[in-house]
Amino acid sequence: MTTGALALRLLPIALALPLASCNLVQSPLNPVSPQARDLLWLFWLFTAVLAAIWLAVMLALLMSLRARRTFGADPLAVDPRRESRAGILVAGLAVATGLAVLVLTGLSFAGQRRLFADEAAAVTIRALGHQWWWEFQYENADPSQGFNTANEIHVPVGQTVLVKLESTDVIHSFWVPSLMGKVDLIPGRQNTLRFTAERAGVYRGQCAEFCGLQHAKMGMLVVAEDPETFARWREVQSQPRLEPATDEARAGERAFVAAPCSMCHQVRGTRAAGHNGPELTHVGSRRTLAAGTLPMSRGNLAAWIVDPHGIKPGVNMPLVKLDPDELNTIAAYLEGLK
Amino acid sequence: MTRHPLALITLMLALGACQREERAARPSPVGSETQEQVALVKLSPGVPGPTTYTSGKAKEFEGNAYHLSQGKKLFTWYNCNGCHASGGGGMGPALIDDRWIYGGSIENIVQTIREGRPNGMPSFRGRVPDDQIWELAAYVRSMSGNAPASAAPARSDSLHPHPAENRTSPSPPVSGGIVPPSGLLPQ
Repeated sequence: MTTGALALRLLPIALALPLASCNLVQSPLNPVSPQARDLLWLFWLFTAVLAAIWLAVMLALLMSLRARRTFGADPLAVDPRRESRAGILVAGLAVATGLAVLVLTGLSFAGQRRLFADEAAAVTIRALGHQWWWEFQYENADPSQGFNTANEIHVPVGQTVLVKLESTDVIHSFWVPSLMGKVDLIPGRQNTLRFTAERAGVYRGQCAEFCGLQHAKMGMLVVAEDPETFARWREVQSQPRLEPATDEARAGERAFVAAPCSMCHQVRGTRAAGHNGPELTHVGSRRTLAAGTLPMSRGNLAAWIVDPHGIKPGVNMPLVKLDPDELNTIAAYLEGLK
Repeated sequence: MTRHPLALITLMLALGACQREERAARPSPVGSETQEQVALVKLSPGVPGPTTYTSGKAKEFEGNAYHLSQGKKLFTWYNCNGCHASGGGGMGPALIDDRWIYGGSIENIVQTIREGRPNGMPSFRGRVPDDQIWELAAYVRSMSGNAPASAAPARSDSLHPHPAENRTSPSPPVSGGIVPPSGLLPQ
């Protein structure tokens, strides 16, 4: 196969590749906050300017390759006019390069000043990175209104959200492309980022710093909703767990508290008060399970409990010995924790 | 020609290091806990010592860097620190010395964690999965130097006399710089 034919065959694949990123749930090309829009503007500006420069250089290279130069009797003779023209051209290009670098640096610096501006925030969330899930603590001046949750945050549309980033083990990175650029979570430090969601919707985020075996399955969801819905959600989340309504769920709660589950997980309102794993007080109200890995359902809950290492090899959730009855009732109980 | 044996030895040494933290990314499905029969006293009626039985599961955990570091993490997770501090002891006995009230073999420690002991040690049977109990026991042994130094976990950051360099808060700038500690000593 000639190179040309090969290129022709690869062309459709190359054209299809950008389409793969068209899922706008997690894409910096779908900005819904001023911060993400600033970043996207910078992205397009850099891409356009640098692409134009690259094209101009390639064009000049091609022209110089094709140009024929005729020589007189002495090929080494120096033509002073020609030399000075070339000198001016090279100096001009050097100055232009310096200017382009300076202007782009200035723009990116100005962009950062806007991104990291110290605005007052309506909602403050402390995000703690764990291998391999996210702990979110909603802070409130009234401690009874503060609560913990995991892997899913809700934010009010149009209000600034401050996220304080800390890590409990290794370096992670908080990245919700539609809302803000990535910021690292570093052990022993607190970094902050701010964003203001402008449109209601569900945006996916992802750990963006390799953090171990299950780094790829360390996802989260940001649900932006109107302030009234957010206030209702917050009210529900700060309450203790919903009393189990059925006999099955009541048996599930007893089994959950008696089993090793309670050594690591907390369900407020019961004696399960561990803090090593995700808080489960309202786990049934979340959209996903295991840090954005599985959709929430009773079947997936049971599958996750019975074989966490089959779904996320190396995960810290241990294999726990449970009777089938206990497993069933625990899955029913957790699903009911809306 | 003389370089070849050296290269071979280096290669074998490198392969030897592979055993250090052997682990299963997907542990075998849970069975019931292993049977360990341990003796808490050396005395027994008749001539031979007390009958003991060990399942041999210890081999998998002792000297395995992965299991030891997991044990170290679980030691904090399950709040062993609450009574034993970081091994120095407090409400519970110290673990970094060579005194073992209920025996110092890994099986003895596993049984101590599973069953609890009088005067305060709770029973963790059914609360902590069995493999994690083995990891904890292996770590407890490593605290008193009963694990190869190449596998034992390092000292916690929290036990250093001052925070690690990368965790110190930035000091306020001092005009003219700071006098180093050595400059404060009598000359």
